[in-house]
Amino acid sequence: MNVAICRYGAGNVRSVELALRRLGAEIVDDVEGADLAVLPGVGAARTALAGLRERGDDVVLRERCERGLPVLGICLGLQIALEHTEEDGGTDGLGLLPGQAVRLREGRVPRLGWAEVSPFGSAYYFAHSYACETPHATAWSEGVVAEARAGSFVGVQFHPEKSGAAGARYLRRVLEEATSLSPA
Amino acid sequence: MRFRGLRDVGDPVELGAAYSEEGADELVFLDVQATLEERSTLVELVRRVAARLQIPFTVGGGVRSAADAEALLEAGADKVAVNSAALRQPELLSTLAARLGSQAVVVAIDVEGGRVRSHAGTLETRRGAVDWAREAVARGAGEILLTSIDADGTRAGYDLGLTAAVAGAVDVPVIASGGAGNAQHVADVLETAQAALLASILHEDPARLRSLRRELRELGVVVRDAA
Repeated sequence: MNVAICRYGAGNVRSVELALRRLGAEIVDDVEGADLAVLPGVGAARTALAGLRERGDDVVLRERCERGLPVLGICLGLQIALEHTEEDGGTDGLGLLPGQAVRLREGRVPRLGWAEVSPFGSAYYFAHSYACETPHATAWSEGVVAEARAGSFVGVQFHPEKSGAAGARYLRRVLEEATSLSPA
Repeated sequence: MRFRGLRDVGDPVELGAAYSEEGADELVFLDVQATLEERSTLVELVRRVAARLQIPFTVGGGVRSAADAEALLEAGADKVAVNSAALRQPELLSTLAARLGSQAVVVAIDVEGGRVRSHAGTLETRRGAVDWAREAVARGAGEILLTSIDADGTRAGYDLGLTAAVAGAVDVPVIASGGAGNAQHVADVLETAQAALLASILHEDPARLRSLRRELRELGVVVRDAA
């Protein structure tokens, strides 16, 4: 299983890489041709989008989704995959799935810490100030969209790479799904 | 113990891995001597610790610039904690928040007698804990690591008054630190803080973490199932 991680801006991409390696994935640079492309979640929206566009990864990711090839967005990687985000005064996203990211308005922000995800039935680690509004939500946590899916795109608001054993199980499922989707 | 009378408690890489496996929700690594010795945090050590973790990792000590912070994130930290440099130059917090996002910026505040101290507690400042917490958050800090120097090392319980005052003054999460002796102390401080830091009582016996989590559950605290 080849996995490419889109690199942009500052932040911790290493933990995603290590978590995937632990599950037996091989990390490659080819975002276009990899069995799975991961859009990690670090930094701020505008910087991240600029970094992706500079590398041409915005086009490559859109093409992957059109061709039905798996893409996993994590945290900010889910938010910038939407059509729009309120972050940084408002900016257009990649449009890989319908919806927008809006500023969290309840509780302490940033929302940091472990929280139960329904219907998964485990706690995962969250670290975010914005959340998704999308008709494609498939899991929730304390009223926040925790997972959303559209075609071959799956995005999570939590950080599976930071969520211990439950996070590793989640990533394993995504890798298994990617195996069944990828052209042999 | 984070302040006077520091002890060497063992290999941080092995200790970090043990905590990750024993069910810690998060690991905080503070190189408390870094500012005193005017050096940067041990980036290579952070890299080695991070490679063994599957939980969030906060690193602090000697962070003076955005470049210092980015080097730590690149090495595998998820959040950086800033303390003395933010007191000297509060706009550093805004710079870090813009570059890394607020969720990665922790302001560490050490308090003695209601006053903030810098340089691992060795220097007095004129700032009050609540005022500094408010300003730090306004400038972009996304989390507060609040240590009571008065309570630290006593094992007689967290500084509940200080914690409640700071947590009540800001809308970001507060991690209480200093004074943990048993599960009841943790349960008490979690009435107002969003997280509780444990140090010396675990360093002596990392397996204590597991029994502590069970005791917390018995006290009615929501503790995730780490299996």
